[in-house]
Amino acid sequence: MIARCLLLAILFLGCALPAQAHKASDSYLSLAVQGERIEGQWDIALRDLEMAVGLDADGDAAITWDEVRARHEAIAAYALARLHLSSEGAACPLRVTGHLVDTHTDGAYAVLRLQGSCAAPVTALGVDYGLLFDVDPQHKGLLRLTHGAATSTAIFAPDASSQMLQLAAPSRWRQFADYLRHGVWHIWIGFDHILFLVSLLLPAVLVRDGGHWRERETLRASIVDVLKIVTAFTLAHSLTLSLAALGALSLPSRLVESAIAASVMLAALNNLWPLAHRWRALVAFGFGLIHGFGFASVLADLGLPQGALVLSLVGFNVGVELGQLAIVAAFLPLAYLLRRGAFYRRVVLGGGSALIALLAMVWLAERALDLKLLA
Amino acid sequence: MLGKIIVSLACAAAVTAVGAAPYIPASGAQVLERLPGGLDPARRQLQGLRTALAANPRNLDLATALAQRYIEQSRRDGDPRYLGYAEAALAPWWRQPEPPSSVLVLRATLRQSTHQFGPALADLDTVLKRDSGNAQAWLTRATVQLVTGDAAGARASCMRLYSRAPELVVQACLASVGSVSGQAAASYERLRQTLDARAGSPAPLRAWVATLLGEMAARLGRPDVAEAHFRAALALDPQDSYLLGAYADFLLERGRAPEVIALLKDKTQADALLLRQAIALKTAGRPDAARATAELAARFDAAMLRRDNVHQREQARFELAVRGDAAAAVRLAKLNWAVQKEPADLRILAQAALASGDAEAQALVRAWLKKSRIEDASLAAIVARFGSAA
Repeated sequence: MIARCLLLAILFLGCALPAQAHKASDSYLSLAVQGERIEGQWDIALRDLEMAVGLDADGDAAITWDEVRARHEAIAAYALARLHLSSEGAACPLRVTGHLVDTHTDGAYAVLRLQGSCAAPVTALGVDYGLLFDVDPQHKGLLRLTHGAATSTAIFAPDASSQMLQLAAPSRWRQFADYLRHGVWHIWIGFDHILFLVSLLLPAVLVRDGGHWRERETLRASIVDVLKIVTAFTLAHSLTLSLAALGALSLPSRLVESAIAASVMLAALNNLWPLAHRWRALVAFGFGLIHGFGFASVLADLGLPQGALVLSLVGFNVGVELGQLAIVAAFLPLAYLLRRGAFYRRVVLGGGSALIALLAMVWLAERALDLKLLA
Repeated sequence: MLGKIIVSLACAAAVTAVGAAPYIPASGAQVLERLPGGLDPARRQLQGLRTALAANPRNLDLATALAQRYIEQSRRDGDPRYLGYAEAALAPWWRQPEPPSSVLVLRATLRQSTHQFGPALADLDTVLKRDSGNAQAWLTRATVQLVTGDAAGARASCMRLYSRAPELVVQACLASVGSVSGQAAASYERLRQTLDARAGSPAPLRAWVATLLGEMAARLGRPDVAEAHFRAALALDPQDSYLLGAYADFLLERGRAPEVIALLKDKTQADALLLRQAIALKTAGRPDAARATAELAARFDAAMLRRDNVHQREQARFELAVRGDAAAAVRLAKLNWAVQKEPADLRILAQAALASGDAEAQALVRAWLKKSRIEDASLAAIVARFGSAA
């Protein structure tokens, strides 16, 4: 008894001396919510999993990848039983889609890739976290939740194990404006769309007369020509963009990208050897259908918010048209002023079209054959 | 300024390297983690106790024995995970307002380790109301009171240990208080004599007392004597992380960084020891300094993520001695001072106050020196420069 008392005495006076800590136990959970879908990653310390489910099979105090691998199912079952997500009272079941490892400041961690879905698009996510609290009540779960561009964090502890996290729902106008901006941006950085349009517009200030180019007399006639082409292009790509974005139609992206490159090439070649000069509006419509699929793949990467699907789609489309209009507005006056004389016909129309055709050929080869020709 | 930017960029890069992308190990035989304690029989014993408790979780004796062992382990390794395991062992009683006394004493210890000093004292008072003869409760109470700067209360608690605890423990308790409240020389002398007279005491107790004596002698400005005490303590208990930290501080203060680097070479698992190592590497101009600094910064960041504030003293030292950010250091040192008032807390407050010229911090230090009558040679040297720097 005396000995034990003594031990206690040392123990506690010593213990009160400054805490020399490394970090206590934490897990790092990140969840990304998109509509009703949830993607996530969960990093849990191997030391903690050793305490909870046992990893060190051969008892040599060293945990190998084989030992962890052998316990993947147990780890997944243990973890998933201690994390419950819900939306509007209904559970959003999770599953583990992959196991990796990573290192944090206090050692090696098992990394669980997660996937789940809720019954409906999530506006508020209920998170019920109970990992390791029975083994180590000082454990904390550190959550990073992303929803679109917004990120929030939460800390789970035994006295804060259940939390309701509001997903920052942007206003509808804001959402519309965001997608509009994306649309404008995409046409501006999408060289292939711009070059296609430019190829069709270059001859708009000229007319074909007996196998030769001649400048148009009035701006009005040029504007009418441009309007026809732009309208046809817009109608066509809006149609396929909408159908593809809503999931009604889909084409393999390699085919779409190759066809877009081919369309640019043909439009440019048509300026050098005019075959379908009169039918440029029709060409714009036909190839516009293909370009719409291209826009749709960008939109698919951005993701459409389920709550405001149509609004966002319209926003994106309007953005594309506005971006296109800006290009036309910059192009037309310049071309109209320059249209007289050989410079425009030879250098701008001829040289420009040749360059565009060449570039488009390279694109076509790259995309169709999956090569990398231009850095 | 540019230097600072480069350092923080280097740190950011290193932190990114620490938290690299998840991967799949190339080989199944690759060792991902080594469990602390290794093949030490103590780890086996703990596992055995844990299994026994799992079979019978409401067994009070088993639960308190396991919790005690975990707390001890945490102290030795400087690893807070064990404190969580200790709390888990006490789970059936943890939320009770009036659990058994043995649980209350342990709960108080765990609470004070996370700086919940008020609740810890309340637990101890409950125990002592039931049984005023509980020596452990008095001792823990004295410790909490000393940490929070209540020297009078701590002395009164120590006095209650007479005839309830071994003489050496009583004197260690009283000397710890006296040494920081105006009786440094007499307290040191009495404790040293008691240790000599009780040479048959258990080794861990003697190691602990020798550590205290080393710190006391250092504050008294007697480095040779202090050194001898630290070495005696290390001979008795070479792994104790508190002792290693105290001795490293002693060496650092005397410009003996290379010795610190050798002393702590394999012991940087604990943040407090990595901090000393980083300071030593930086002082000695070693190339490893950047790596240690980045690692330490990553650990502090990780602690901040979980909103721990039990590291503010260490963090203040890090900002001052490693990063050279006096403004951040004094801010942290003041926050820490509001909670803890041990000699080490006062010292970093004074150092940061001097480096930053922060008048409020300097006033805090002066007021405490006057109120507590603490004697500390190196502290006095810092305070003497307050006026000239300001």
